[in-house]
Amino acid sequence: MSDPVLKVRNLSVFYATPTGDVRATEEASFDLHPGETLGLVGESGSGKTTATSGILRMVSSPGRIVSGSVELDGVDLLKLSDEEMRRMRWTKLALIPQGAMNSLNPTMKISAQISDVIETHTGQPATRERVLELFQMVGLPERIYGMYPHELSGGMKQRVCIAMAIALNPSVIIADEATSALDVVVQRVVAQTMAKVRDALGVSMIMIGHDMGLMAQMVDRVAVMYAGRIVEIATVADMFARPAHPYSQILIDSVPSLTERQPLRITGGITHDPRNPPEGCIFQLRCPYAQEVCRQPQEMREIRPGQEVACIRAEELEREDA
Amino acid sequence: MLDVAQSDALLDIRNVSKIYGDPEAGLVALNDFSLQIPRDRAEIVTIAGESGSGKSTLANLVLGFTRPTKGTITFDGLDVGSAGAAQMRSYHRQVQAVFQDPFGSYNPFYRVQHVFDMVTKNFGLAENKVQAREMMEDALNAVGLTGDDVLRKYPHQLSGGQRQRIMMARAYMVKPKLIVADEPVSMVDASLRASILDVMMKLRDEAGISFLYITHDLSTAYQIGDKILLFYQGTLAEEGNATDVIANPKHPYVQLLIDSVPKPDPADRWKGEIELPAEEELRTARAKGCRFVPRCPHARPACSDALPPLYPVGPNGHRASCILYAPE
Amino acid sequence: MTADPAQQVMEPEDDRAARRRARRMKRFDNPWINPKLIWGLAILLGIVVVGLVGRLFWNLDLAFTGASLLRLPPVGFENLRGQAGQWMTPLGTDGAGRDMLALIIIGAPNTLYVGAVASVIGMGLGIFLGFTAGFVGGRTDDVIRVLSDVMITIPPLLILVVVQSVFGDISLTMMALLIAGFVWQSPTRLIRAQVLSMREAGYVQMAKLSGASTFDIMFKEMMPNLVPYLFGSFIASVTTSIVTAVGLEVLGLGPQRVPTLGRVIYEAINAGALIQNLWWWWGIPTILLALMFIGLLLVNLGLDEVSNPRLRKA
Repeated sequence: MSDPVLKVRNLSVFYATPTGDVRATEEASFDLHPGETLGLVGESGSGKTTATSGILRMVSSPGRIVSGSVELDGVDLLKLSDEEMRRMRWTKLALIPQGAMNSLNPTMKISAQISDVIETHTGQPATRERVLELFQMVGLPERIYGMYPHELSGGMKQRVCIAMAIALNPSVIIADEATSALDVVVQRVVAQTMAKVRDALGVSMIMIGHDMGLMAQMVDRVAVMYAGRIVEIATVADMFARPAHPYSQILIDSVPSLTERQPLRITGGITHDPRNPPEGCIFQLRCPYAQEVCRQPQEMREIRPGQEVACIRAEELEREDA
Repeated sequence: MLDVAQSDALLDIRNVSKIYGDPEAGLVALNDFSLQIPRDRAEIVTIAGESGSGKSTLANLVLGFTRPTKGTITFDGLDVGSAGAAQMRSYHRQVQAVFQDPFGSYNPFYRVQHVFDMVTKNFGLAENKVQAREMMEDALNAVGLTGDDVLRKYPHQLSGGQRQRIMMARAYMVKPKLIVADEPVSMVDASLRASILDVMMKLRDEAGISFLYITHDLSTAYQIGDKILLFYQGTLAEEGNATDVIANPKHPYVQLLIDSVPKPDPADRWKGEIELPAEEELRTARAKGCRFVPRCPHARPACSDALPPLYPVGPNGHRASCILYAPE
Repeated sequence: MTADPAQQVMEPEDDRAARRRARRMKRFDNPWINPKLIWGLAILLGIVVVGLVGRLFWNLDLAFTGASLLRLPPVGFENLRGQAGQWMTPLGTDGAGRDMLALIIIGAPNTLYVGAVASVIGMGLGIFLGFTAGFVGGRTDDVIRVLSDVMITIPPLLILVVVQSVFGDISLTMMALLIAGFVWQSPTRLIRAQVLSMREAGYVQMAKLSGASTFDIMFKEMMPNLVPYLFGSFIASVTTSIVTAVGLEVLGLGPQRVPTLGRVIYEAINAGALIQNLWWWWGIPTILLALMFIGLLLVNLGLDEVSNPRLRKA
């Protein structure tokens, strides 16, 4: 494989609280290759959004980046000055934040908001041609050029946000739950748009989400996060065929099937206090297979080419899902 | 389902329409809808559809929060559409609800116990405090919680899954005959949804409580639902047993919907590109004809003439409102 | 954690910083311990205490005309006639020989009294009308809304000047009642808007489903969540009421026989105290009023921060 465009190593982001630090993201490491889509999946509170705000250096007080490095095309973002970092955002690294479509400015025309993004970062106002070209890339009709956000449906607004993200030809786009508030058919259309944009521009994407079903449809590789830690990274095919970490298995099982009625599998949520994670494996308190050995710290290790997992018993627990 | 004799139905919704604004030209949120929930056996009836399909309107109608423009909703002989305040209170002893937002359902000012205190006091469920506390314990145990763990806490100190299970416990404590569950799991983490759906199945099987399960998520409906009704823009597109409808959808809209549910299988990805028609076309409240015409691959001129009735398309009352299935 | 040695060395300092941050946040954990709120309340309480305790220790008969020499300066100053201040009237006397300290002890609580009574009545009206409008809706809502919108545009002083000149001399309470007729609009609008949005809240729907009466829904479910707004609105209307009352008094309207801060200023202006360099006559009540407004402003800002955590400094 080619050199990764984004290399995240040991990234930790903590939030200070009166009773100790919440370890929102701890020791996250992963690569993102050119043209690849990486899914970052986990339930709420698993640190997936925090990890990306660490990458973008958008962690606000009382949070702080504790350690790690984020290399984009060989440049460590965490060592840049604020001004240099500001220039990196949008031009190299674009974010579609959670609920982006609801944060469009209701008093500004769609076209003006897109050209604003371009002007702030290039100093040049965007031409009508450029805006229309962006519209076309995300499948928006020309006639919305002069429209306001309230005149568009959710799916269209979400596509406007995608157009803004690609306006400056970034090499990496981070999409945080970009399709989660949409109806299934609209979600499919937006997902389709993102895939098309990715293939046309050759950008890399990080898709944050909680829906394993959508991950199966959309991404090339999946990183599963639990309580601030990445517990498994694998290609999407391996992840669904041979999930190795017990938590990945639970996440995949919790997607209800449409082809066969099964008894519900009931699991609890994150059970430990995020300020005081257990010694050793992060998942041990919820893991159905926890043993004495799980009290040892778990490092990510490769169990087959391209599949890394933070579970000491991965080989024996791994299952074939066919 | 219309063949169920009126006396057998617990909830009898007959030809109900809800129109906002002008009754002739206003927005039709629900169009000429009928449904009977039987008295003799408990069922989970799923009402599914996208946002704006009229499913929440139906929930509000059944709960008595809004009144139908046309048609009648009868529960156990009571006309819900014209009930007074006192009748409404006794009606709510029979029909309870669980809402989508498990946090918003709690008054942030009070401890969790407040939601139980309200029902015990207003419905006179218990004779004294000890008995009341026992009932709370009992209801909480039914959803896998204990009173000592949650009652003295404030809602923000609980997890989303716990909050929603407590809401189920609250509804259960009233011992109603029907619970309207309006998107009860859509704001709860995926791994926790099962615990709430499981409670619903348990209450159906063990306490004999029927559910009107309103959702946009077909997969959970498939897993726990007995009957399913699929709405499109205020009209009923297809109904039948949940397993029949989802395994073998007939209405073109329902086919598109089921095909668009992301399958957890990377080898079976979405095929073909779909396009949404222009906004204006979607938004016009169509006075007559099938609402799905602008998006339908099988549309023909006759589709725009009148809304097709529900044609039988399969066993167990599987019916679809589409002229593809009109008998010759 | 596998931190490199350099980071290990830095950790103690990081720890200290974290603890400091944590302490700061703990302090903000109890929102009511808010410096602005505490200072504001202290100032207002101080004025009230001066009024109440002062009565016990000071001879209030000095507030009658001719109780002392005319136009004496405060202790430590001399007036234009070369008279030095005396301890019998430590803050000086006015043009009729009334002791300034006695006037303040009586007048300041009177001014606060008018503000408080007018606001309590205004708030009561506002709560009643706001809930009615928000709950009943329809025509009732239209009437209340239009009425409060129209009333809010009318400057109260203008109307009150006319009303008072018709009434002539009135009591403090009567003035408070008249002013109350002009401070109910903002609470009405505020509560109506809140009730309308709360009506759709999940917990209100839950209360309805739990068989709660309309009364319970209003006062047990909605009211507790309105408390921060009500406090803020109350303080704002006390301010408005006092401004209006003092405005009337300075124009020579309002109660004629009862000392109030506004009336003292009116008399000072009338007697030409400004050009005769009798600064204590108008200056002392003005400072007291300023203190009162600063106190009220601080309380209001404090309450804002209490009810809206985003305004709190991190």
